Formats: sequence, C-alpha cells, structure tokens
Amino acid sequence: MTDSAFASVVPIHNPIIMGAVGATLGLALGVIVLITWYGKWGPLWREWLTTVEPRRIGIMYIILALVMLLRGFSDAVLMRLQQAVALAPDRGFLPPGHFDQIFTAHGTIMILFMAMPFMAGLMNIVVPQQIGARDVAFPFMNALSLWLTAAAAMMVMTSLGVGEFSKDGWTGYAPLTELQYSPGVGVDYWMWSIQIAGIGSLMTGINFFVTILRMRAPGMTLMRMPIFTWTTLCTNALMIFAFPVLTVALALLALDRYLGMHFYSNTAGGNPMMYLNLFWIWGHPEVYIVILPAFGVFSEVVATFSGKRLFGYASLVYATIAITVLSFVVWLHHFFTMGAGGDVNAAFGIATMLIAVPTGVKMFNWLFTLYRGRVRFATPLYWTLGFLSTFAMGGMAGVLLAVPPADFVLHNSLFLIAHFHNMLIAGTLFGFFAGYAYWFPKAIGFALDETWGRRAFWLWLTGFYLAFGPLYLLGFMGMSRRLQYYTDPAWQPWLIVAAVGMGLILCGIVCQIIQLGVSVKRRDAARDATGDWWDGRTLEWATASPPAAYSFAAIPEVRDIDAYHEMKQRGAAQRAPARYGDIAMPRNTAAGFVVGGLAYVLGMGLVWHFFWLALLAALGILFTVIVRAMEDDVEYVIPAAEVARLELGRRQAVA
Amino acid sequence: MKQPEVPQARPEPRFRAAQWAALSACASMLLLSGCSKVALLDPQGPVGASERLVILSAFALMLIVVIPVVVMALWFPRRYRADNPRGGYDPKWTDSARIDTVVWLIPAVIVAVLATLTWRESHRLDPAVPIASDTKPLQVEVVSLDWKWLFIYPRQGVAAVNQLVIPANTPIDFRLTSESVITSFFIPRLGSQIYAMAGRRSHLHLLADTPGVYAGQNQQFSGQGFADMNFKVVALPPAEFTAWVHKTRRAHAVLDHARLHKLSQPGMGYPVTFYSRVSPGLFDDIVNRYRARNGPSLAAGAGGGG
Repeated sequence: MTDSAFASVVPIHNPIIMGAVGATLGLALGVIVLITWYGKWGPLWREWLTTVEPRRIGIMYIILALVMLLRGFSDAVLMRLQQAVALAPDRGFLPPGHFDQIFTAHGTIMILFMAMPFMAGLMNIVVPQQIGARDVAFPFMNALSLWLTAAAAMMVMTSLGVGEFSKDGWTGYAPLTELQYSPGVGVDYWMWSIQIAGIGSLMTGINFFVTILRMRAPGMTLMRMPIFTWTTLCTNALMIFAFPVLTVALALLALDRYLGMHFYSNTAGGNPMMYLNLFWIWGHPEVYIVILPAFGVFSEVVATFSGKRLFGYASLVYATIAITVLSFVVWLHHFFTMGAGGDVNAAFGIATMLIAVPTGVKMFNWLFTLYRGRVRFATPLYWTLGFLSTFAMGGMAGVLLAVPPADFVLHNSLFLIAHFHNMLIAGTLFGFFAGYAYWFPKAIGFALDETWGRRAFWLWLTGFYLAFGPLYLLGFMGMSRRLQYYTDPAWQPWLIVAAVGMGLILCGIVCQIIQLGVSVKRRDAARDATGDWWDGRTLEWATASPPAAYSFAAIPEVRDIDAYHEMKQRGAAQRAPARYGDIAMPRNTAAGFVVGGLAYVLGMGLVWHFFWLALLAALGILFTVIVRAMEDDVEYVIPAAEVARLELGRRQAVA
Repeated sequence: MKQPEVPQARPEPRFRAAQWAALSACASMLLLSGCSKVALLDPQGPVGASERLVILSAFALMLIVVIPVVVMALWFPRRYRADNPRGGYDPKWTDSARIDTVVWLIPAVIVAVLATLTWRESHRLDPAVPIASDTKPLQVEVVSLDWKWLFIYPRQGVAAVNQLVIPANTPIDFRLTSESVITSFFIPRLGSQIYAMAGRRSHLHLLADTPGVYAGQNQQFSGQGFADMNFKVVALPPAEFTAWVHKTRRAHAVLDHARLHKLSQPGMGYPVTFYSRVSPGLFDDIVNRYRARNGPSLAAGAGGGG
C-alpha cells in the first residue's frame, strides 16, 4: 500500500485521532503484556472466553461497558471543550467532519455499547440467582450474544483508526445517511455495528424472557418475583418486539446504500420519513429497555437499605407493565415538527404524558419504602438517592417536551439534550452504578471501597448538575444541538460552566478507577464470606459470593416476596439440605467466541466492500453454529460428593 | 451467623446542602441571565407568546408532583436513617390502599388537565393554521439547500439567500421544502419550527409583533455545514418593507433554474444575496422534482437546471 493510500484510510495526520488510537493500542498492548507475563492465557481461554456461565458472561459484559464508557466519555470531553471555545469567529479545534463523528460515536456508544452491555451484564449476574436458577435457558446463545456485542464494539473502535465513523448522528436520519449525501464508510461502520449488536441484544431478550418465565424456583409465582427480575422481564419483552424493527430499518438502509434501492431516498419514490418512524418505533422503547432494569436496581437497593419490603409491590409491578405497553405508542413525539397536524400530534403527546403516571407511582413507591424504614447509608443507596432527587426534574422536562406546542420551540435544542441525559445519567447510569456497587461482592467475592465510591458519587452528581443545568437553559436561549460553532456570545459562559461540570464528572470517573484499584488491593479486608454482604432480601444473597458454578446446591423453595429475607426470618437460610444430588451443568464452548470473531470479519468485509471476505465469514458462522448444534455432549456432571464438599467448606468458612 | 460488616455511614449533611445549592443554581440561572437573552421567555410574536404560556402552565402543573417528590427524597432518608434516635422503624408497613390511590390519582388528574391543554393547544398552535389578523398575510417560500436558506417572495417576485426580510405586524405564511436532506426552519423568538423535506410542502405561520433583528437557524442536523445555516431575520415596519421590495427589484441578480442549480451545490459561508426576479413557479418545480410519482431520471435531470 502506498503512503498516500494508507493516509486515505488511516487519519495519520490528525493528532487527536492518532493520540486516541495510540492510547487505545497502548492499553491493549499493556493488557496483552500483563496476561503473558503472568501466564494467564490458558485460564483466560478456559475460564472466560469460552465460558457459558452467566456470572462470568455478566462480568465480561460489564468490563466491555466500562471500557466503552471511557471511550464515549472521551468523546463527551472533546464536545464540551469544542463548544466551550467555538464562538465565531473562533471555530474551535475540531473541524465539522470530525466534530460530527464525535457526537455520532458518543451517542451510538453510550446507548448501544455502554448502557446495553451494562444492563445485559447485570441481568446475567443477577437474574438466574434471583429466581433460584442455576443457569439461563440457552447458555450457548448467551455466550453468542456477548461475543456479537463485543465484535460490534470492536468495529466501532476500529473505525477510530481505520477509515471513519458516521457523521450523521446516532439516529442516522435518512436521507442524510443515503449514499448520495454520505458516501464514505462511516455510515457503514455505524449501520453494521448496530446490526450485529442488535442481533445479540435480540437473542439476550429471548434468552432471559424464557429463563424468567420457565426457570423460576418452586413457589416463585409471578407476583413473588423480585422487582429487578420483573423489570428485566419487561425489558426483554421490549427487546423482543423492538429490535427486529431496528434490524429491518437498517437492512432497508443497507439495500439503499449497497444495491441502489430507494426505500429512504429523496428520489424515485423513496420516503425518508419512513426511516424516522421505523427508527423511533425501536428508539423509544429502547429508552425504556435501558431504564427499566435501572428502576429494578433502585427497587432492590431501596428495599435492602431501608430494611423493609418494597412499598406497594403490586402497584410497582403494574406501573412497570403499563410503561412497557405505553412505550410502543409514543414514537411520533420525536418528530412533532414534521407537521402531522393537531390530531396526530395531540394523540401522541397525550400518550406520552400518560407514561408520567406510572413513573410517578414508582417514585412514590420508592419514597414510601424509605418512610418508616431503617435507612443504612452506603454507596448503592447514594446513587439511588441521587436518582430520586434528580430524576423528577428530567421527568418534568420530558412531559414538557410531550406537549406539541412546547416541543415546537424546544425540539432538537440543548433542552432536549439536557432532558435525555437527565434520564440516561441520573436514571439509567446511576442505576447501573448502584447495581455495580450493590452486586460487586456477589459477582466478585469482595466489596468495593466505600470512601472512594462516595467521592465518585458526589463528583458525578455535582458534575451532572453543572454540566446539564446550563444545557436546559441554553435550550431556552435557542441553542440547537450538534453545533460545531455558534454566533451568540451569550451562550458561551454557560457552555464553559458545562465544560467545568464535565471536568467534575471526569474526576468522578477517576475516583471510580481508584476505587477499583483500592478495593482489589484491600480485598481480604472486605471478603464476603457469608454471601450476604448487605443483609439482602432476595435469593441471590442465598448463594456463596462468588457463587459456585451450580449456584444453588439445592433449589430453594419460595414462600413469599423477598424470599431470602423470609427464609432468614424462619431460620431456614443456613439449613443444609437432607442430601445433595448430582448437578448437570453446560460445558464450555469456543463456538460463541469464534462466531463473534467471524462476525467482526463479516462486518469489516461489508464495510470495506470485500464481499468475498464477508461471504467466507458468513459461511464460517453458519458452519460453526451447525457444528455446535450437532454436538450432543454439551453437559458435564458435578457429582453429589463434590457439591457436598464445596458446601461444607463454605459453611465452615462462615462459622 | 455473623452479620456482615455493613458500613454504617454518618448521615451526610452535605447531601442536602449540595442538592439545594445545585437546584437553586439551576433555578436562578433563568433569572440571572435576564429574560432578554432567553429567547423562548422573550417572544416577539403571538405564536411564541402562546407557546411560552403553554410551557409555563405545564411547568406549574407538574410542580404539584415534583416539589413533594424532591422534598420527600431529601427528607425521608435523613429522618429514617438507621442511627436516628427517634426511630420509627416499621418493617411491616409496606402497603397502604390510601397512599396507592393518592399516588395513582393525583398524577392521573394532573395528566388529565395537561392532556386537555395539549389537545386544545395542539390544534390552536398547529403551524399550518393561519394567524387571525386584519392584515393580509405575506407569502414566503422557504427552500433549504446545502447549507443555506433561500427565501422566495412569490407575490413580490424577489428572493433572498441567508437573510429573511419581513414586515412586522403582518402574518407570514411560510411554505417550506428542501432541496436536500431534512432540515428544520426555526426563529426562536417568533415561535414554532417546522421540518423542510424534499418533495413536500410544509406550512408554518408566524408573526413578528415589533420591528427588529432576530436570529433564525436550522434546528435539524443536516451535514457538515449545519452550524452555518443560521440567518438574520429582519422585521421592518410595513412601509419600509415595501421600500425594501422596490429596492431589491432594482438589484442585478436574477434567480432562474441555472442559478438555482449553482446555489444548490453544497457549500458553506454563502453571503447574503438578493434577487430582483425569480422564475415563476420555481418553488413548485423544486417540490415536484422530488415528488414520489417522479422517476429517478426526471429527478436527476432536473438538477441540471432544466
């Protein structure tokens, strides 16, 4: 390859991009060197890359989410700095094409490669444990989902150094994404990475939907399920119904871009508005897909740390179901300004504000759980209280945007940006951070450091207010989103305040990194010997921390909501079963990892128009799946004696 | 069984302090910046004024729920913290039909009121609905191009790029379309925005109460020149507007299909330009170029300046 051809693919002359590529490669190299140094390639392959154990898959999902959080946040840093300085005639340090890639990558990564894997990770770690199951319904498919998500995330990271990412926003509105207006590989990277991750998400949805409906412990009726499991069930239903719409929407775009068809083109009968409709028929439920499990985390945390069953359990379940159903009938509120007319706009506006009712009910349920509780302050509760006091503001902004005449002036403004970051940071992300701190001892075996956890919380919370308070105001001042530069000098002071807020959040993230390091270092002081670190109420606290491969030596019998709390009350929590039985568990397989690798090759082949390569990869995937399907010996047995030995060891450690 | 060491934190006085500081900082921002800089709170026309009223009413209604929620969120955890000697722990208190009814009913009632407001105002403030006025409306045709705005005055036969001149106190009847991707035409201090889409005519009615210069912009990202798509709106007293039309008619440039073709080439930083004459039916030609019934050959050919 000649030097100029190389430069046309790899942006070697852009110091910002090359710095990011260098840092990413440096980190990857560092990890590789460390693994080699400690001789951990074997264990890594046997215990992690080929695993089908939900807890390990969950941990890998969360590692992926945290890495992508750092990437997505770096994009946010660049955007905030750019807007803090880019008052005309100054155009800042990012030219339009680069700035556009950054906000597109930020949105795509944070939704699909940070929030989604974080959620899938928590689901994997918690749901089987909470329902008293040893596994998920389809263990191999579970590994497949992880590796497809990871392959897609790798594609996004590759686009940093090889070619470019989409410049058209994470929503990728047609006809801007059509070949005529976006000829480069950027849109293809965006489109195929979402396609691959989306298929992984769909399989996760099916897997956990079946797991929850079919594999609950005896006695756990639907109305005795822990709330996190309930919210996961609703999220899975949403995933099953919403993701195919996205798959089709992007497949039609691919037909336009690759085969010259006209689904969304301006000409020849194409209809760009159809893309907007299809995208948001997935996109709006997607918001609830990531926030409902966060609501589940808050429910678990608030009950545990108040020492009280969740207030109004049934009410909260019905509210969750109501949100699930309503989330499918509101998508048009994303484009009231298309001019659909009073009837259509009002109908969708009213449907949208209806969602505020069940959401409000949930807020009150959490608050009344605290009421007459015995509230213990710890990091998970801090995130929850930060959410409770901040989320209402974002909800209010959301209802405001649901009123079409208000949306006519606030649409696509920074007010909107502030609103959905209020939902996605103070709602979803705080929820996931609460879950991270709450279930860390369960997943890993020791607890996270409290001091650094609280420092991180305070920096995130104040940083959030400083970064997004000004954005609410700037929306009212008429500032649109996605501006590479602007001309109104009155905006600049507020954008500088927002950049300072971003700086505080950065310090919060640094605290979280330190927290992880400190906690690993002092792990022996914070070992969770009992498996019940927080005096929990639900079944996941009945197993060891981290749980044995089989989780439950004997499947527990559920008699009430908060099953484990009830068992502790009647003194049955530590009772050993009369006798242990053999336990069959799924065998590890490399097939998931191999399919993930091939999916990456498939995606890259499609992006760069190496169709022979894409075809080979697709055939490879098909072959791998067939070979895996032919395997009969997919389980191994843990003998009863081995189970008895492990359980006895655990009891002695506790006593 | 040994109880695990659950870290028992001191109650955090900072929690409330930081929260209130942040909240009041946000609230006072609006006051501090002064209304004149906050475009949406200082509308210069009836549409914007009505929308401000809708926003403020909805905001006030929602505070009925939001204020108690925030107060409870700050108060309950402190009041019931584990080391509060006043205690009050009641683990059996987990359901209350009365509270359930109230927490479903009050938000439902508020949403019902809001829904009524929404239904009425969505129809009244539908951008396609003309503004009642004694003055005859001025028709303006808006075309969004990559990355500039073209304003055609069909009755007056003049046109302008990147500057919109309108008479104050006169309803403006906008027809909008796009020669490229979807954009959104927005003048924050006058009110409603509307999408401009290829092959479609959107309708928007606005009115400026007072003469002045207002900022106009594209509110829907449309590619690399998006930030460039801002323009000045000059609202003149009606007599001065008529004078402006006469002056513009004496300008040299004529906007025909050939010049439109040049104008529609993607580009940034296009200077403000006025045209003394416009080919009749130019706007309709642009719309028809992308109409669904037209085949690709016709659409491609029209770009050539036919």
